[in-house]
Amino acid sequence: MSVTRRTGWFLAAASVVATVAYGFACAPASKQAAGTIGAADAASKVYVAPGQKDEFYAFLSGGFSGQVGVYGLPSGRLLKIVPVFSQFPENGYGYSEETKPMLETSFGNIPWDDLHHTALSQTNGEDDGRWLFVNANNTPRIGRVNLATFETEEILQIPNSGGNHGSPFITSNTEYTIASTRFSLPIPQADVPIADYKKAFKGTISFVKASEPGKMDVAFQLLVPGYDYDLARAGKGPSKDWMFFTSYNSEQAYEKLEVNASKADKDFIAAVNWKSLEACATAGKGELWPANYAHNVMDEFTRVATTEFKKQVRVLTPASCPNSIYFLPTPKSPHGADVDPSGEYIVAGGKLATVIPVHSFAKIQKAIADKAFETAVDGIPVLKYDAILAGEVKDPGLGPLHTEFDGKGYAYTSLFISSEVVKWKLGTWEIVDRAPTYYSIGHLMIPGGATTKPSGKYLVAMNKITKDRYLPTGPELAQSAQLYDISGEKMKLLLDFPTVGEPHYANAILASKVQAIQKKFYSIADNKHPMATKSEPETGVSRSGKVVHVRMTAIRSHFSPDNIEGVQVGDTVLFHITNLEQDWDIPHGFAIQGATNAELLIMPGETRTLKWVPKALGVYPMYCTDFCSALHQEMQGYVRVSPVGSSVPLMANTVKAQGQAARAEKFKH
Amino acid sequence: MFAPRLNRWLTALAALLLASALLFPLWSVSLIAPQYPEGLGMYIWAHTVTGVGANDLQNINGLNHYIGMQTIVPDAIPELAIMRPGILAMSALGLLVAALGRRRLLQAWALALVAAALVGLVDFWKWEYDYGHHLDLEHAPIKVPGMSYQPPLIGSKQLLNFTATSLPATGGVLAIAAVVLAAGAAVLGGGATQPTPSRRAPEPRAARMSDDAPVLTHR
Repeated sequence: MSVTRRTGWFLAAASVVATVAYGFACAPASKQAAGTIGAADAASKVYVAPGQKDEFYAFLSGGFSGQVGVYGLPSGRLLKIVPVFSQFPENGYGYSEETKPMLETSFGNIPWDDLHHTALSQTNGEDDGRWLFVNANNTPRIGRVNLATFETEEILQIPNSGGNHGSPFITSNTEYTIASTRFSLPIPQADVPIADYKKAFKGTISFVKASEPGKMDVAFQLLVPGYDYDLARAGKGPSKDWMFFTSYNSEQAYEKLEVNASKADKDFIAAVNWKSLEACATAGKGELWPANYAHNVMDEFTRVATTEFKKQVRVLTPASCPNSIYFLPTPKSPHGADVDPSGEYIVAGGKLATVIPVHSFAKIQKAIADKAFETAVDGIPVLKYDAILAGEVKDPGLGPLHTEFDGKGYAYTSLFISSEVVKWKLGTWEIVDRAPTYYSIGHLMIPGGATTKPSGKYLVAMNKITKDRYLPTGPELAQSAQLYDISGEKMKLLLDFPTVGEPHYANAILASKVQAIQKKFYSIADNKHPMATKSEPETGVSRSGKVVHVRMTAIRSHFSPDNIEGVQVGDTVLFHITNLEQDWDIPHGFAIQGATNAELLIMPGETRTLKWVPKALGVYPMYCTDFCSALHQEMQGYVRVSPVGSSVPLMANTVKAQGQAARAEKFKH
Repeated sequence: MFAPRLNRWLTALAALLLASALLFPLWSVSLIAPQYPEGLGMYIWAHTVTGVGANDLQNINGLNHYIGMQTIVPDAIPELAIMRPGILAMSALGLLVAALGRRRLLQAWALALVAAALVGLVDFWKWEYDYGHHLDLEHAPIKVPGMSYQPPLIGSKQLLNFTATSLPATGGVLAIAAVVLAAGAAVLGGGATQPTPSRRAPEPRAARMSDDAPVLTHR
């Protein structure tokens, strides 16, 4: 007994000693992982007090959600989700009659896509905050989001393309946004054996006119060898007439690419002189090929989207436009081709490379002039690696992908496999710092990091795996970004924040540039919607065969009309609802029982249409879904549905005896 | 009796200030609430009522419907049709009085001006009373027993979730200044200044009348 007690005391004492010793030995190491700072210090740097606003807007691609997530930096707070290629039941995008055409393609109406990359419009190589361009990878498209309204206003389908991954990178005055093919295809499409890949498959690089809203158009396409084109960047400053596209699978494998596309020592960056291509296209070089691709535009005044199918596209080849494309040999399946703020260095991220190669634009020009060509592929000169290399960053880590710049002479490269960010100096190529990411970083982003004027204050890492970083949520875990302070010599991890979908790339811009152009509501006077109803006395119902049009208004806190009778089973009822409010932040919603689509969110001054086909007789409630006012719950009504052939007349209790319009009439005399 | 030169200038200035008040709103009523941190506001001009922001008037009317307040329709307020010509007429009269330089006329004009200003304020208060008290309670969604919604003439008052602040705006300040100047000119009468021994010969009429106004020169 006494022995047992003594043993117990001994064990207890030993465990206390062990715990304390362990604590002393390990606490600093485990709590203070490399690249992190004290929690309180980090918290104070990302804390945006209630009522205060973030310094930057960050636009993170939503990947397979087909949307864009808008966040504030440094807080990481989610401000908005902007649907682009995916239907969004939350506001009726892609469900309302006005927005359905935005998702039209030559394949039909496609309610989803895979949104990989973002590009802010630029003026003189700087982000100007007008528009955000985004790409659809699966059914090749480029979308334009207006940053005054945070709404998708235009989508252009890209013909002769398979997998629009290398997109929508932009030239320094928003002349063109680009699209390049991840998957080569028979172009034009044809029924050929896949084994004929080398012979029959081609890639395209498309230049899309971007400078005028509503007028996006494929200006010209360049037919290129059948590789997989990956990412791209426009040059800037001295290189601003050029665009640099990475490619992999120069092996031209068509099966088991994992192995077969990783054999060659080097793949290529395609250096394309778009000014030269533009001149060729203007001169009518190349050929006009028949095509069929959708151009969807939301009209500014009707707020109704329409689709136009374009029927031809200009196709250039390296032979029809000589001196417009050169290949830069680049080690091992490069992903990013990133141009530094000066426009002189092109940094490649060879996914499987052991170095980060940096090409010199000046040397490229000299090599072209000197004809320092290694060989030619399909008539495209391949420049000599040694003749164009500015330097290599040695031993950066594993899996270098993508590089951005801080404008202070440093570059930051993401390393997917070793899961870290490495900071290195342009010119000396020496590594000065590295910070772990949690885990498996894909792209990274510095506000303005793709422009001539980066804001080297923060860096955002977008990670593919989060494992133990958040509370678990079943098999699928939160996608995540991480914020680093890069204002000092050492990178400091400040914040993890979950994201919508899977962010691939992102852009961030000084908030003041976007705040300055915000639209608060749509002017009712400018509403040119064909079914707009601008006052309550104009509301009403009408029938044309089996179609019933309901012209309805919404204003706090009622619909007019709010009772409708005379609808029959199987009618197509179109609710055209105009929000009469002219005040900020007062949308009204609309939903009706049994609608097989979604609700509507109608912005002030806007008209939106919901289609409803009642399947059975009865009385169905409808109501406002957006909590608009103290009497929001009272904002409701009914639709009576009678059998086919019923004698119930079509009528609506258009609000004449109440509401402010009526009152205005009454008190006028 | 003649007003001295300074008073005539003051009279002319008052008349011009009065006219200039038409270029600006006379009064402002601003409304601040938790959900309207940026505020809503109305300007009352001599001839109309406008919102401070582009849609403020519409939005104020929209909110007022909850308490059954009448819609503010500027065209339905008859005073707004006569106030501008009235002010212009008073201003023209003031200039005439200044030109004639008759002291009795000045006093009469100033008195009329003060009276008009008081009538105007009382009328404004009556409209505020009318809007604030004569509510369409049959259709008002929000009925608070005993509550009325009359904004103050000058100052602030809490009306449910809104703090209503009513103050003279630029035009009001100009008009008040005009009334004060006119009244001052009339009341001060003569002695405010030394008679300026004219560097040039007095005009015949002034010379003739100067005998009648010894007090002006002796005070």
